[in-house]
Amino acid sequence: MSPQTDDVALSTTAERKVVVQSAGAQPGKDWVIVTRGLKREYDMGGEIVRALQGVDLAIRKNEYVAIMGPSGSGKSTLMNLIGCLDTPNGGEYWLSGQLVSTMKDDELARVRNKEIGFVFQTFNLLPRASALHNVELPLVYAGVGSAERKERAMEALTKVQLADRASHRPNELSGGQRQRVAIARALVNRPAILLADEPTGNLDSTTSEEIMRVFENLASTGQTVIMVTHEPDIAAHARRVVVLRDGKIASDERNQKVTSSLGL
Amino acid sequence: MPFFESVALALNTIRVQKLKSFFTLLGVMIGVMFLIAVVSIVQGMSNYVENDFAAKIIGVNTFTFRRRPNFNPNTTDDQWREFQRRPRIYAADAELVRSVLPTGNKAAIVNQNFLYASSKLSRPRQVQAIATEAAYFDIKKLVVESGRAFSAQEVGAGAKVIVIGTDIADHLFNGLDPLGREVRIGGMPYTVIGVLEKQGSVFGFSLDRMAIVPWTTPVSRLIQSKGDLQSMIVQGSSREEMQDGIENAREAMRGSRHLAPGRPDNFALETEDSALAFFDGLKRQMIVFGTALPAIGLVVGAMVIMNIMLVAVAERTREIGIRKALGATRRDILLQFLIEAATLTGIGGVLGILVGLTAGRGVTALMNIEARTPVGLTLLAVAVSVAIGLVFGVIPARRAARMDPVEALRYE
Repeated sequence: MSPQTDDVALSTTAERKVVVQSAGAQPGKDWVIVTRGLKREYDMGGEIVRALQGVDLAIRKNEYVAIMGPSGSGKSTLMNLIGCLDTPNGGEYWLSGQLVSTMKDDELARVRNKEIGFVFQTFNLLPRASALHNVELPLVYAGVGSAERKERAMEALTKVQLADRASHRPNELSGGQRQRVAIARALVNRPAILLADEPTGNLDSTTSEEIMRVFENLASTGQTVIMVTHEPDIAAHARRVVVLRDGKIASDERNQKVTSSLGL
Repeated sequence: MPFFESVALALNTIRVQKLKSFFTLLGVMIGVMFLIAVVSIVQGMSNYVENDFAAKIIGVNTFTFRRRPNFNPNTTDDQWREFQRRPRIYAADAELVRSVLPTGNKAAIVNQNFLYASSKLSRPRQVQAIATEAAYFDIKKLVVESGRAFSAQEVGAGAKVIVIGTDIADHLFNGLDPLGREVRIGGMPYTVIGVLEKQGSVFGFSLDRMAIVPWTTPVSRLIQSKGDLQSMIVQGSSREEMQDGIENAREAMRGSRHLAPGRPDNFALETEDSALAFFDGLKRQMIVFGTALPAIGLVVGAMVIMNIMLVAVAERTREIGIRKALGATRRDILLQFLIEAATLTGIGGVLGILVGLTAGRGVTALMNIEARTPVGLTLLAVAVSVAIGLVFGVIPARRAARMDPVEALRYE
């Protein structure tokens, strides 16, 4: 059961503020993500833009984390780094116990395939492929055989209640359905983390609720979920909220309302 | 990603964009089409020349004794003046050659040219008048369908008899039985004693317009006005015997003309080989032009493919980003685009072969010959098409493979 969103405005009220202690986190089984002094700079025509200026972040297995921040705060950069789409200029990043910050392109591709399930704001489904084929894609690159692939993709679609839409193309689906296909695709290869970038940004509020319920369910079944958003309403669903400002972590707190309602 | 998956993916991409794919492979298709069509036609022609033409027009294991060679392309002015200075060939020379031939050789004096023949029933018609001997029918494997060929006695006596082809029979006698009727050539009447079996045509030249008379009749004078002979055709029962015949004839003629050793022959002994050599040269030229043009077409087609693939890569930046985010390695993306290009050009090649075969068959059917397509060439054409896709797909595929996933995902 998801909490009432309108009640949960993110605030710095003392009773809710529980600073997450992740300084002593050791990369390994328990900690899915550990970053130390993560830096990313862009060269914009001679001008160096410091998007991330040393981020220390540790996320445990089964956590449901929202990363927030105003635009330009570096949250997209952090998401790209966490998602292994980009490599940092400095610092370390361990994902599931592997040091990924020094990996080459193709190694990163394998890590993305195995460890990360992406959910994008714009869904990013292949327009000419059926829902089933879209869900199959990560398994194709994982080298899974055709029969097993179909079976697992179907299973993932069933989980998001879209089994009956398997043969439809994305343009034959509604926005919410598309995002559910994307979630099925993200989960099909059983990734260590589900990484969602503004997953409700292109959806109306009713559909957003529906998608957030899906995330809620996943989190409650033990899936690690990391969500990047600038909407407090959406971030309020998470059990931990990390706020970035100017390329640094401004705050990192347990979401008291949610955690208390879950009895933590 | 396994290779088979890549091919399936390529086929699927091609399938969902049928029209665009078709235009992409059009260049390769047309190139291959011309290549296959031209080679089929040229091979068909050369096959025809070697088998039918040589046998029908020249004769098997034959050589011709003439004043100057008949099949002699690129004759220079000097050569031509030398030909003109050569002594003419007369009946005595022919008899000398005939007397030294190995036993078993057949020989026939042949004077031929195009003359007009007429009958009382029709307008004159141009015919291939051949003034020859009885052995000619045997050497040329001419079959007399109705009536008979003339005999050695008739030749000796200069009998005014004539054997005609079906085309002339139809034209001059308009359905009536020509046997016993009269054909006039040069104002002189000849009695039809035989009609040849229908032979068809060679390169559009009808073989049924022959009118064959003894060489001792006045027709010879119409063809060779100086009273000399045009040629004598000799057939050996084997190739070796024919070679012997040529050597004997050369020796006898050089002796008769008092040619000192070291001086060239002032007569020609021409075999079908010289005719075939002439056609070989022709064939080589046709092959060169017939393949150079399609080759240019193929290169243009390849450029088109590269260009379209580059556009496709730009168009599909988002797709590449998605695939990379989901775990596609550089190699996966590179292979995807390479295989797509190769599959496209491969399909273009196969379509080109099919259309080329049809076109080649169509053209050769009009020419009344049979097209020949070497199997190796079709395999080569497919291989070249696929290779074009691979080679010209490399640049677009590399561009796709090297895309930065973050940039690609952001691409609108």
